[in-house]
Amino acid sequence: MKIRIKFAKYGAIKYIGHLDVMRFFQKAIRRAGIDIKYSEGFSPHQIMSFAAPLGVGMESFGEYLDIEVNSMTSTKDMKDALNAASVDGIEILSVKILPDSCKNAMASVAAAGYVIEYNADYNGNADSNSDVNVNNGGLSEFPIENIDKKLADFYAQEQIIVNKKTKKSEIEIDLKSGIYEIKMDRLKDINLRNNNPVINNKDSSFVIYMLVNASSSGNIKPTMVMDAFCKYCNIELPTYSCRITRLDTYTGVIESDGSEKFIPLEEVGHD
Amino acid sequence: MERKLALSNEILMQVEKPARYIGNEVNSVMKDKEAVDIRFCMCFPDIYEIGMSHLGIQILYSMFNSWEDVWCERVYSPWVDLDKIMRERKIPLFALESQEPVKNMDFLGITIQYEMCYTNILQILDLSQIPLYAKDRSEDDPIVIGGGPCSYNPEPIAEFFDLFYIGEGETQYRNLLDTYKENKQNGGNRVDFLKKASQIPGIYVPLFYEEEYKPDGTIKARKKLYDKAPDTIVKEIVTDVSDTYYPTKPVVPFIQVTQDRVVLEIQRGCIRGCRFCQAGQLYRPVRERDVEVLKKYTVELLNNTGYDEISLSSLSSSDYSGLNDLLDFMISDCNKRYVNISLPSLRIDAFSLDVMAKVQDVKKSSLTFAPEASSQRLRDVINKGLTEEDILNGAALAFESGWTRVKLYFMLGLPTETEEDILGIGELSNKIAAVFFDTVPKDKRVNGKVQIVTSTSFFIPKPFTPFQWARMCTKDEFIEKAYQTRKGIMSQLNQKSIKYNWHEADLSVLEGILARGDRKLAKVILTAYERGCLFDSWSECFHNDVWISSFEDCGVDMDFYTIRERAEDEIFPWDFLDCGVTKEFLLREWKKAMQGVTSPNCRSQCQGCGAKRFGCGVCFE
Repeated sequence: MKIRIKFAKYGAIKYIGHLDVMRFFQKAIRRAGIDIKYSEGFSPHQIMSFAAPLGVGMESFGEYLDIEVNSMTSTKDMKDALNAASVDGIEILSVKILPDSCKNAMASVAAAGYVIEYNADYNGNADSNSDVNVNNGGLSEFPIENIDKKLADFYAQEQIIVNKKTKKSEIEIDLKSGIYEIKMDRLKDINLRNNNPVINNKDSSFVIYMLVNASSSGNIKPTMVMDAFCKYCNIELPTYSCRITRLDTYTGVIESDGSEKFIPLEEVGHD
Repeated sequence: MERKLALSNEILMQVEKPARYIGNEVNSVMKDKEAVDIRFCMCFPDIYEIGMSHLGIQILYSMFNSWEDVWCERVYSPWVDLDKIMRERKIPLFALESQEPVKNMDFLGITIQYEMCYTNILQILDLSQIPLYAKDRSEDDPIVIGGGPCSYNPEPIAEFFDLFYIGEGETQYRNLLDTYKENKQNGGNRVDFLKKASQIPGIYVPLFYEEEYKPDGTIKARKKLYDKAPDTIVKEIVTDVSDTYYPTKPVVPFIQVTQDRVVLEIQRGCIRGCRFCQAGQLYRPVRERDVEVLKKYTVELLNNTGYDEISLSSLSSSDYSGLNDLLDFMISDCNKRYVNISLPSLRIDAFSLDVMAKVQDVKKSSLTFAPEASSQRLRDVINKGLTEEDILNGAALAFESGWTRVKLYFMLGLPTETEEDILGIGELSNKIAAVFFDTVPKDKRVNGKVQIVTSTSFFIPKPFTPFQWARMCTKDEFIEKAYQTRKGIMSQLNQKSIKYNWHEADLSVLEGILARGDRKLAKVILTAYERGCLFDSWSECFHNDVWISSFEDCGVDMDFYTIRERAEDEIFPWDFLDCGVTKEFLLREWKKAMQGVTSPNCRSQCQGCGAKRFGCGVCFE
């Protein structure tokens, strides 16, 4: 049986890299006593697939992994058992049963939504130490005048060319086709729409929301878009002044009229 | 509630592996600081990945936190990148759990596992903003307490510690913490506490003693500065290791650490009595854990951690009497769970090969032999009860079962070593390769070849061993010996199958100095630290020239500690400690070594080492 697990990753856990999150889940699944399937061969491993890796320093309320199990009681039991075996900052949000025909999490990913908050307190701040809290610092407005219009003009360009460093060289790529949506929005409205249980949803500050390609072939990092936008505005934001949160990860489904629609990965499954 | 981190996002994003500094791991313990009486910070003075691999801290951490009135947290050495930032910005070193400064704690406990961490101890104190010398500390500073194998000669670093706990931590810590609480309640000060602590078995308070030296630099006498301080401090020992604390919910790190697996300690001590081995003397007598208790721990540990690997821990697992029973259980239980078993320190024989073939991928794993010396004569000197026949037979069996990789460990610079012994390392390596070609027919050879990895370390005489009187080689002698070894290997018929590794000589010399050092070394260690020495055990961080100039500028002669053979009646800096084995026994063993006479192991025949007075273990089997 294929199972899709949705989880959030926030707080200090954002400093744990993708491989270590995988290792964390391998152990958490054993602690939770889940009857997971193992591969054949001399060194069997758990059958497990993660959706889209999240960069160190980013938080998320829409991470996914798929596993295969031999047996289970209910999705609710599994969710509870995993949460009991977890730590602060890794929270299981849902457990769904997938149709057998479903592609695995990694292959299913089409897009991801991100919120970018500006926080002046993140900035270089050389003298501050223990008083800085990475998570509770108040939001501030982006130091960009007419940001709404600039963002719209930025997105209206025919091409959005950025330089991407590869292992060997630097290549130019066009981000435009991979940005599906980008706009200013209120954090609380975004949270309401996403029915987000964890994020602080009282803040009425404006943030940047973007929906971008996250598939393994065309993944776009939100930092690349932000860098391009800042360059467009001719402004340089201090390093680490943007707090980036992934809201959800989406897969594409074809509607009856032939158009493609993005739905959160969890909606493919059922309880 | 979200914890407040000690380091800002900007810092965490620029240091290597920020996960080292955030805590919050599975099974780490959070408590309400207002609801406890004592806050204890446990430190391993090396990076997180090394420190988190250490069982001792896990034992004490879980024992302390099982007590309602105590909150025990952890701290490790910040790596050089963060070290630099913390110094520049004056950020105080913090404990992982509360993320609060170490300086706010009642105790800072530092486990001292190897000599090359001494500058890291100063880093911990310095970054914590605690005065480096115990005598300079105020009522507001934590009590700094040391423990672990190097506390069996604490003198080079004695002045940096308020207390040392000599021996196994399970027995007297409750007593020590109660004494601390009581002293605080009665309005007593730091010195009052140290005086009371000095009356607790196993506790050594360096401030209450002074070394007096002869003109030749050796110790004339130890002077007591507090008349009630004991003359001798006897190590503490757990008499029943089946009925004591065991950390069945160890902290599970997020990042991969050196020992990334469940550790099951099956026994303490070793019956073998190899004469170079410090652990073999310090932890006497051998005490085995009940096999049923170990089975129960196995299940609990795997359930509580989710690890996919479990490792047995002991100095010589083959000597554990319940090994068959335990491994049978583990193989069936672990197979069900897809958990791997790793079996270090096993004697290579038919039984162990059979077990290993069941739990490991033979093609991928390698077998380890530690003959330590190439000739039977020299193995008799060091009392290593392993014959050439054992090795060659073991190798033949292993090759028949499909192994193609063998690791061999030797020591260079052992007492009485000759050129023949050195050249013999190549010869023995060659013989093992020849066994492979004799045993395995051509068509059955995987990849057609065998791989022998021969490694040598340099012999370092350690306190509380029969070789504590021995002369240690100079750096040049060591390098020459390694060169000879390589030449010996290169001249062998099967040299293409043999790979040779050797240790760094200057690091070994420094370790030798610190191991048998006295209080005169404190200022050298401090000077080297002030000149930037840190993480000396990491070869990329080790600056031998800085150490040498520190010795010179402090007027301390390095050779005094190494190349001098000690007189039988010399007073050693560690003589005031009693680890159970007597100096008479060690001297007897030293003389037997010089005659090339072996001593049987504890189970065969008691050698009267002195450890029987603890009233437990193998002495009463």
